[in-house]
Amino acid sequence: MTSQVSSPAEQAAPADPPAQPPAKEVRRLDRVIIRFAGDSGDGMQLTGDRFTSETASFGNDLSTLPNFPAEIRAPAGTLPGVSSFQLHFADHDILTPGDRPDVLVAMNPAALKANLGDLPPGAEIIVNTDEFAKRPMAKVGWDTSPLEDGTLEAFRVHPVPLTTLTIEALKDFGLSRKEAERSKNMFALGLLSWMYHRPTESTEAFLRQKFAKKPEIAEANVVAFRAGWNFGETTEDFAVSYEVAPATSAFPPGTYRNISGNLALSYGLIAAARQADLPLYLGSYPITPASDILHELSKHKNFGVRTFQAEDEIAGIGAALGAAFGGSLAVTTTSGPGVALKSETIGLAVSLELPLLIVDIQRGGPSTGLPTKTEQADLLQAMYGRNGEAPVPVVAPRTPADCFDAALDAARIALTYRTPVFLLSDGYLANGSEPWRIPEPDELPDLRVHFATSPNHTLADGTEVFWPYKRDPHTLARPWALPGTPGLEHRIGGIEKQDGTGNISYDPANHDFMVRTRQAKVDGVEVPDVAVDDPSGDAGLLVLGWGSTYGPVTAAVRRVRAAGGKVAQAHLRHLNPFPRNLGEVLGRFEKVVVPEMNLGQLATLLRAKYLIDIRSHTQVSGMPFKAEQLADVLKEAIDG
Amino acid sequence: MAETTAGKTPEALALVPRATGQQSMKDFKSDQEVRWCPGCGDYAILAAVQGFMPELGLARENVVFVSGIGCSSRFPYYMNTYGMHSIHGRAPAIATGLATSRRDLSVWVVTGDGDALSIGGNHLIHALRRNVNLKILLFNNRIYGLTKGQYSPTSEVGKITKSTPMGSLDAPFNPVSLALGAEATFVARTVDSDRKHLTEVLRAAAAHPGTALVEIYQNCNIFNDGAFDVVKDKQQAQEAVIRLQHGEPVRFGADGAKGVVRDRATGDLHVVEVTPENEADVLVHDAHAASPTTAFALSRLADPTTLHHTPIGVFRDVQRPVYDTLMAEQLDTAVEQRGKGDLATLLAGNDTWTVVG
Repeated sequence: MTSQVSSPAEQAAPADPPAQPPAKEVRRLDRVIIRFAGDSGDGMQLTGDRFTSETASFGNDLSTLPNFPAEIRAPAGTLPGVSSFQLHFADHDILTPGDRPDVLVAMNPAALKANLGDLPPGAEIIVNTDEFAKRPMAKVGWDTSPLEDGTLEAFRVHPVPLTTLTIEALKDFGLSRKEAERSKNMFALGLLSWMYHRPTESTEAFLRQKFAKKPEIAEANVVAFRAGWNFGETTEDFAVSYEVAPATSAFPPGTYRNISGNLALSYGLIAAARQADLPLYLGSYPITPASDILHELSKHKNFGVRTFQAEDEIAGIGAALGAAFGGSLAVTTTSGPGVALKSETIGLAVSLELPLLIVDIQRGGPSTGLPTKTEQADLLQAMYGRNGEAPVPVVAPRTPADCFDAALDAARIALTYRTPVFLLSDGYLANGSEPWRIPEPDELPDLRVHFATSPNHTLADGTEVFWPYKRDPHTLARPWALPGTPGLEHRIGGIEKQDGTGNISYDPANHDFMVRTRQAKVDGVEVPDVAVDDPSGDAGLLVLGWGSTYGPVTAAVRRVRAAGGKVAQAHLRHLNPFPRNLGEVLGRFEKVVVPEMNLGQLATLLRAKYLIDIRSHTQVSGMPFKAEQLADVLKEAIDG
Repeated sequence: MAETTAGKTPEALALVPRATGQQSMKDFKSDQEVRWCPGCGDYAILAAVQGFMPELGLARENVVFVSGIGCSSRFPYYMNTYGMHSIHGRAPAIATGLATSRRDLSVWVVTGDGDALSIGGNHLIHALRRNVNLKILLFNNRIYGLTKGQYSPTSEVGKITKSTPMGSLDAPFNPVSLALGAEATFVARTVDSDRKHLTEVLRAAAAHPGTALVEIYQNCNIFNDGAFDVVKDKQQAQEAVIRLQHGEPVRFGADGAKGVVRDRATGDLHVVEVTPENEADVLVHDAHAASPTTAFALSRLADPTTLHHTPIGVFRDVQRPVYDTLMAEQLDTAVEQRGKGDLATLLAGNDTWTVVG
């Protein structure tokens, strides 16, 4: 995200950050949900990111939900152009970005209109009154001002002329009106930072670093930010500020940072390569919402990371597969449409039995679908989207921070079993963020591999030879012999090959054997048993989720339990193969509900495999589940 | 540059380990039975490549052949090196990943006219523009063989095949023109049956740092027999084939009676009868010319239907930074500037807080 602040100024650095307000009332809250909303050009994502950083460093638990249009700059002031960032923070552990905002910051009429429906009665709205002129209101179909016609009577409205105040604060900088008003997002951030007692040092340091080459602009931003803070402190309209204490007990001891899913996933890949002692190679083609992984890995060439931006999705995975043949930890990153293009190469990787990570940051489909929205509808594509019997293990992270561990786990499976592996993240995890306990490198799993270095088979005449498809009897993995290893020269390909020798074979019995063996290898991948959380010990209902539904499902389960309901919860990280105990777990419960952001893909797999009457609950709105609605679904399931 | 058993190592292969002893053609033959149709031009190319490899003197285990799909793409199975028979059209992409991650390998791509120019056209042009250290052998038989005889992207207009009973409609690609347009740094054409010329071209391609595209006219005796007779038949070839030699006047025909001259008005090239008056105007071939313009004009001399005035040899051989070298240099630079990456530092980032138990 880029800052919308770009005003030159010559003011010297002001003194210390503003002190906390002495006189006004301070209330304690256990949690707050704030949504910043504005035009795609208003810098809402940056504002949200900064508020998140302040909140993370303060020690709250938090969860975020950026929500923005696919258009880079949709027409200004229109509903399709609204970009928002929701942040939920608390003094205890939380699981979702929250269902309904307690506070909405609306930078213009479109932002207010687009988000009004999500607000509960009594919510606070901080609205930029400067934008509520006739034309911008007409753009969203308001003939009269909602600030005056009673539209907002259920809410607590703070009308603030954000633009005017920002321009006023920056009047000494000699900026044009247009330049100065770009800092209004920092004014808003300052105001919210005052309201919630956020530490401000990191934002000021951030602004100075971001605009290090333009110190005047940095100062203008800092001044706008402080002006927002001071406005809160001095204006009577803001009579109350709020404290949300650090979530001390929610976190085990350790050093923490805030991290988004795509960043955690990128770090997981770098960590996996280090733990495997292999060079990391990414072959990729830009696609939303996966491109950030390409960007991030491209920054870390000093880790020996090679990133190759290919001519298309097919070449991205092709290059990765070539690098895998050469002994790299090879990765391709994409989203659903890219997976469709990569399918044939994934099939080749299945046949070649080389390690390869296919990272699919799922988005709304089909076709181009909803590029910036989330969905879980690529599960069956990952499972079955290839010609022939081409089984591929599938791993799905559950939270943004969990993308780190999931990447390591996917790499473990790929390297151990010499197979392509799907890592199914999604847009919600990719862009959402949460606190993460930073692991020490020596806590990470050992992923080192053994390359073949010598012949592995003796022919009848005593000749020692290398057979590329002679398998490890335990894992069924074939040996990984790298080009450059003398004596092990061999040829592999997509044509069916003879067991052992790897030579081309059209023999019917051999093909039957090879198909079954490849399947058996994937079926035999070691995955931990699924754990069931059932504090009551006798719940009749199990809710089973996978991937990014973990947060909303767990939050819903807590609500149900808090209301006295009995519900057991389990969550799948491994979709292929399923945990060994899954059938037994499902069979223990009278009812099983599976919520998914698709039309029931996991439910279909479970019904087919375990012949259990799954209750599928689905949503494909491009947005994550809301805990409140899921809780209702669970309550209904308990009752009915 | 290391002295070798077989001669000097070209710069392009300086990072590839050398064979320890003398190699022979036999060392490069795998134990697999060759299964092309009897009489296929691929046999001759295979023999020429197997015969040429010992001359390079590379450690066999550091040589990799990557192919796509099609008759020619069975090639890797017959080479006793590392090899991958991949999927249709994708060999340049796969080989790019291998070559950019393993600069100690000599990576060769074997492909055909359908594989490289139809389904895999995108990967071919991008490999050429990037100048990855790959040697691409494009077997052009102007027909789809493995699928039993449909027209290909190099077939002449009006080609009668199973899929075009009334004649094909699409204009063919000229692979040399295409490669020159795609910023290729090395482009050559040769013929399957001319072992000597083929070997010379392979030698030049192997020595070239970066992507080398070698178009090899290859006879499919089942579905397009005789497609290249005009350039193979000694008598006809005299008039049909223009042998390009760097630094030499571009002359052909009996006793070099014909030559190529530049039209002063248009800059285009034409074939003329050489006379004492115009002899000084005959184009002198410069494969190292910075601009591909003249090489392109040479590539357009051939009549796509009759193949008359088909130049063979090295059209273009110029130096441009090699992609895999640049990629490796960026990694080195990153380490120089920021030190070798430290995982703990990376994971911690700049904004952390500590929770004490």
